Amino acid sequence: MRIAVCVKQIPDPAAPYELDPETHFVVRPEDQVLDDTDRYGVEVALQLAEAAGDDASVTLVSMSPSGSLQGIRQALAMGADKAVIVDDASLRGADALTTSRVIAAAIGREGYDVVVAGTESTDGYTGVVPQQIAEVLGAPSLTFARKVEAVDGKIRIERQTQAGYDVVEAAPPVLLTVTSGAVEPRYPTFKGIMQAKQKPIDTLTCTDLGVTADNQQVITSVDPVPARQAGEIVEDEGEGHLRIVAMLEEAKVI
Amino acid sequence: MPFTDEHHDFRRLVRSFVVQEIDPHVEEWEAKGMMPLHDVFSQMAELGMIGLEYDPEYGGQGADHLFTVILAEEFGRAAGGSIGMALGVQADMATPSLHEFGSEELKQRYLAPALRGEMVCSIAVTEPDAGSDVAAIRTRADSDGDELVINGSKMYITNALQADWMCVLARTSDEGGHHGMSQIVVPADAPGFEVSRKLDKLGMRASDTGLLTFSDVRVPAANIIGTPGDGFRQQMAQFVVERMWAAYGAVGSCEMALDKTKGYLKERVAFGKPLLHNQYLQYRLAELAVEVDLLKHYNYATAEAYSRGEDTTRFAAIAKIKAGRLLREVADWCLQFHGGIGYMEETWTARFLRDNRLMSIGGGSDETMLQVLARADGYWM
Ligand SMILES: Cc1cc2nc3c(=O)[nH]c(=O)nc-3n(C[C@H](O)[C@H](O)[C@H](O)COP(=O)(O)OP(=O)(O)OC[C@H]3O[C@@H](n4cnc5c(N)ncnc54)[C@H](O)[C@@H]3O)c2cc1C
Repeated sequence: MRIAVCVKQIPDPAAPYELDPETHFVVRPEDQVLDDTDRYGVEVALQLAEAAGDDASVTLVSMSPSGSLQGIRQALAMGADKAVIVDDASLRGADALTTSRVIAAAIGREGYDVVVAGTESTDGYTGVVPQQIAEVLGAPSLTFARKVEAVDGKIRIERQTQAGYDVVEAAPPVLLTVTSGAVEPRYPTFKGIMQAKQKPIDTLTCTDLGVTADNQQVITSVDPVPARQAGEIVEDEGEGHLRIVAMLEEAKVI
Repeated sequence: MPFTDEHHDFRRLVRSFVVQEIDPHVEEWEAKGMMPLHDVFSQMAELGMIGLEYDPEYGGQGADHLFTVILAEEFGRAAGGSIGMALGVQADMATPSLHEFGSEELKQRYLAPALRGEMVCSIAVTEPDAGSDVAAIRTRADSDGDELVINGSKMYITNALQADWMCVLARTSDEGGHHGMSQIVVPADAPGFEVSRKLDKLGMRASDTGLLTFSDVRVPAANIIGTPGDGFRQQMAQFVVERMWAAYGAVGSCEMALDKTKGYLKERVAFGKPLLHNQYLQYRLAELAVEVDLLKHYNYATAEAYSRGEDTTRFAAIAKIKAGRLLREVADWCLQFHGGIGYMEETWTARFLRDNRLMSIGGGSDETMLQVLARADGYWM
C-alpha cells in the first residue's frame, strides 16, 4: 500500500506571525515546524502502513519553501519513509486551488493508493485543499475521519458529523482527512531522529511537475481583528436567568 | 558548540515530552511524595531517552555527549526538580560505573533492564555519619565464600523506595581511608535489606528519599563492579558525571525561571505600568542572564572536554558550584520580583526555590567542590 501524507511546514504558532506589508503573505522563517494537525495525518498513515505490512510505504508530500526542513524531518522521524517537497518561488502566496493542483501533481507522480491529510492547516485555515486534491486526482474523499481502518481492501472511516458520526468507506485509490481526535500521534524516537536525516527528500519545481502557478486569488487588504467589545455584566438578583434567555434569543441561538 | 539538526530535533522532542508527559503530573507527584518511575522511565526508554551514551548492546543509544547535555537542560525546565534528579540518578549517577567496569553478566542483569526502564536504580554512597567525607563510610561487605555479607546504613538515598537495585559503596577490606572500598550491585529484594524510613524534605518532594539499612545482606561476590578495592576511585569518577548532569540541568532551570519571570513582569502592573518598565528589574534580570549564559557555555566547554576523553573533574567541580549558587540567586530574585504571589505555594517560584536549594548540597556540597578545586589548583597545604 502506497500512502501519501500531505504535510505542511508552518511558522511556529508560539511566535507571533508577521505579514509582508506589500503582499500580505505570511513571512516564512527558515525554521518552520510541522503543522500540529498534520501529526495526526502522519500517525494515521503510519498505522495504516503498519497494518498493511512490509511493502507499505509512507511518503510525505509538501508544498512550501524547504527552509531548514525541520518540520519535514519531524514527520520523517516519526517513521515516514521519504518526502517529496515542491519548492518553487512562483508558488509564493499560492491560493488553495493552485496548492491543490500542485500537491495532486506531486502525489500523482509518486503513485498512491491512499492520501491522508489533516482537515485544515493552522496557518491558512482554508480547509478545502484536501477535497480539491481528491477532485484533481479523480479519487473519492472520505473527510473528517475520527477513526480509520482498512477492512476488506477498503478504507472505512467514522466521519465526524454534528450529530454523531457516519460510517463511510471506499476502495483505494482514496483520499481521507483526519481530525485531531482520530489518533494519538507518536513521539519521534531518538533512533527515528537519527534516521530522518538519511531518508530521501526529493525537491521538485513546477517545471518538474508540469504545472504552473495560476493564482486566482489576490489579498487586497488585511485588517487587525477588531478589539473585543466590553461584555455586559448581568447582576443576578433572582431574575438573571431571564436576561440570559433574552440575550440568547437576541443572538438567535435558541 | 557543534549542535547538529539531530541535536535540535532531539531538543524539541524532549521539550514537548516534558510539557506533555511530565508537567501535567507534577502536582500529583509532589502531593504523593512519589513518582511512578517505572512507568515514566519505560515510556522514556521507548523513545530512547534513557542511557543515551551507553552501548546499544545493553539498550543504550550510542549517542554523543551533547544529547545528554540537551536531555539535562530540557528536564531542568520541568515544573519540578524531582524528575530530573531521578532521571539523573538512573542514567548518569547509578549506572556509569556499571557500564564502564561491570561484568557482562552484571550488565545484562542490571544495566539492560534499567535502560529499558523496567528497573529503577539508586546510588548509595552517603551514610548517616559520612557525607562529604566519603572515605569515612563504614558500611561493610565481608567475604564469605563466593558471597559478600553487607552490614551498615545509607542515608538520603534518591529513588530508594522504588529502586530494584542499588550501586552501593562499601568497605570490602580493612585497609581504611580511600582504600579497600568496592562498588557493589545490591538487589532490593535481597533478604536483610530494608528502607527503614522515607525521609521528609524541604524540596524535591516528589522524589522518594530513604534511609537504607543492610543487615547481613548476602549478594554474590560477582556483584562487585570492576576491580575489588577500586570502589573509591570508581565512585569519584561517577561523581564527576553526576555533577556535570546537575550543572547542565541548572541552565535549563534558570533559563525557564527567567523567561517565566519576564512574562509575569510584562503583565503585572504597578504604578500604572507593567513592572518590567522598571530599569532596576530589567538590569537585575539581565545580570542574571549574563551568569546563566556564562554557565551554559562553560557547560559546553565541559561537554567538549568530556567528549574528547579528557578528565573533567575540575570542569565538573566549577560548573557544579556555579550552578548551585546561581540557582539559589535566580530562585531568590524570581520569587522576589513576583512579590506576594511568588511566596504562594500555587506559584512555581515557591517550589523552584525549595527544589533548587539542593544543588549546593547534593552530589557534593559547594564546599566539597571548593576542596576539589583547592587541591586541583594547589591552594592546599
Ligand atoms: C535530597 C537529597 C538527595 C540525595 N541523594 C543522594 C543519593 O541518591 N545518594 C547518595 O549517596 N547521597 C545522596 N545525598 C547525600 C548528599 O550527597 C550529601 O548530603 C552531601 O554529600 C553532603 O553530605 P552530608 O549531608 O553528610 O554533609 P556533611 O558532610 O556533614 O557536611 C555538612 C556541611 O559542612 C560543610 N563541609 C563539608 N565538608 C567540608 C570541608 N571539607 N570544608 C568546608 N566545609 C565543609 C558543607 O557546607 C556541608 O554542606 C542526597 C542528599 C539530599 C539532601
